[in-house]
Amino acid sequence: MTDKPFRILPRLGGSTEFFWTSGADGQLRFLRCQRCGYYIHPPAPICPVDLSKDLAPEPVNGRGTVHTFTLNHQPWIPGYDPPYAVAIVELEEQEGLRLMTNVVGCPPEDVRVGMPVRVTFEHHDDVWLPLFTPA
Amino acid sequence: MIGERSAVISGAGQSEVGRRLYRDRLDLTVDAALAAIDDAGLTRDDIDGIATYPGNMDQPPGFSGVGVVELQDALRLELDWYNGGLENPGQLGSVITACAAVSAGYANHVLCFRTVTEGSAQGEKGRSSVTFGGRGDVFRASGFLEWTLPFGAPSAANWIAMCAQRHFHEYGTTREQLAQIALNARRNAALNPKAIYRDPMTMEDYLSVRMITTPFCLYDCDVPADGSTAFVVSRADSVADLRKPAVRVEAIGSAIHGRPSWDQWDDLTTMALRDAAAMLWSRTDLTPADVDVAELYDGFSFITMAWLEALGFCGKGEGGPFIEGGQRIARDGEIPLNTHGGQLSAGRLHGYGFLHEACLQLWGEAGERQVAGPPEVAVAGAGGGPLGGCLLLTRG
Repeated sequence: MTDKPFRILPRLGGSTEFFWTSGADGQLRFLRCQRCGYYIHPPAPICPVDLSKDLAPEPVNGRGTVHTFTLNHQPWIPGYDPPYAVAIVELEEQEGLRLMTNVVGCPPEDVRVGMPVRVTFEHHDDVWLPLFTPA
Repeated sequence: MIGERSAVISGAGQSEVGRRLYRDRLDLTVDAALAAIDDAGLTRDDIDGIATYPGNMDQPPGFSGVGVVELQDALRLELDWYNGGLENPGQLGSVITACAAVSAGYANHVLCFRTVTEGSAQGEKGRSSVTFGGRGDVFRASGFLEWTLPFGAPSAANWIAMCAQRHFHEYGTTREQLAQIALNARRNAALNPKAIYRDPMTMEDYLSVRMITTPFCLYDCDVPADGSTAFVVSRADSVADLRKPAVRVEAIGSAIHGRPSWDQWDDLTTMALRDAAAMLWSRTDLTPADVDVAELYDGFSFITMAWLEALGFCGKGEGGPFIEGGQRIARDGEIPLNTHGGQLSAGRLHGYGFLHEACLQLWGEAGERQVAGPPEVAVAGAGGGPLGGCLLLTRG
């Protein structure tokens, strides 16, 4: 087993827990309005489109593109070793359905805007962090 | 009714400013406050309101620490109205709120202030002293940081860098173009005795300094500093006996129509200041061509470029070619920009420094860096990411 890098993990127990544990079965999920189909991220108690409260996490296909990125060189956090690529990835399912993440599985300096990527999970304790690799 | 036109800036003051002063933050604040009151030709008995950003906060280190109550008590002010807080249209949102208060008649003379001691709070280790937990720590992230810390992106530097990178991608903007924000700031800082970094900076210096988070190098990031800046915002009809003609508030911009988020904003190349700038122009007959001097937030260099575009000094996406070479934004250029050196070179007084410089320029008090004229119309804008607020000012 490869040595996983240190990660600060999100606090579980609230409305975002499904998101951070979703990768346990290898699928990325977002909260989705059951009436109009709009994906809501970060999770909220109401659909901002039709104000429905009938919401549920639903899997997405895990494919997207790099909307933008930065190659981070600054050692902000002990245990995180620069350089690494931070990106905002937009998912295929909906324009503007984005999350901040890391692009891994390629040299960080190879990351480009528009690059097709797919999700991969890094498991730490009770959290499955969604990261992305070149598709 | 354009309510802000019944508000004026009657005085401005600033404490000692330095990279690390190791002075008490309330001590700095009272220096700025008393200087502003005196500058307006008022006494503390005239002050009946306070507005501040972001209020008293312990974290991040040195980001604030002085709120309304500390200043009120130190000067034993008798207040009819006060407001302090972080959830505002940027740092200058506090001044915009003060304009509303005097316009509504809640107060006649509102003392506005912003105090930072980030330089000394971070100490000799600088920004690396600001930690976010680390190996062996059981800290877990929540709130907005829940979406950023796990991925090693704790800083607005990362988030705004991604806005800049998107701009580079969509419009072909280059680092050499962005550099002009930093180089222009440094040229102006050389003429500002209170600026922190005054030595000349060349394009070669800029391109060879270490990267922080692409496309930002060290010189794209502002300099943590200590200092306090204050203004007196007065009701226009209550200032007959002022020491000097007040700066008039022509229009303000406080809007945010998109999602209030660093990463979920619809168009990362514009950020929220797009909406604030649009609102400002909707409230005046003046146009960008009327503006003589622009003091625009540069917490990171790219934010200034976004303000230039949002305020219409150039077209959307045209910020790179507009500032290329630096001539247009120089003190003798089309639109003199950040004439005090901005936060990049003069120090991170966090928004208030831009309004202070705009006032000095309109009063003709900017010393060696004074823009010829003196200018009659100035714009000050502060904030990036989901924050943005701006004021259009005219000479009284």
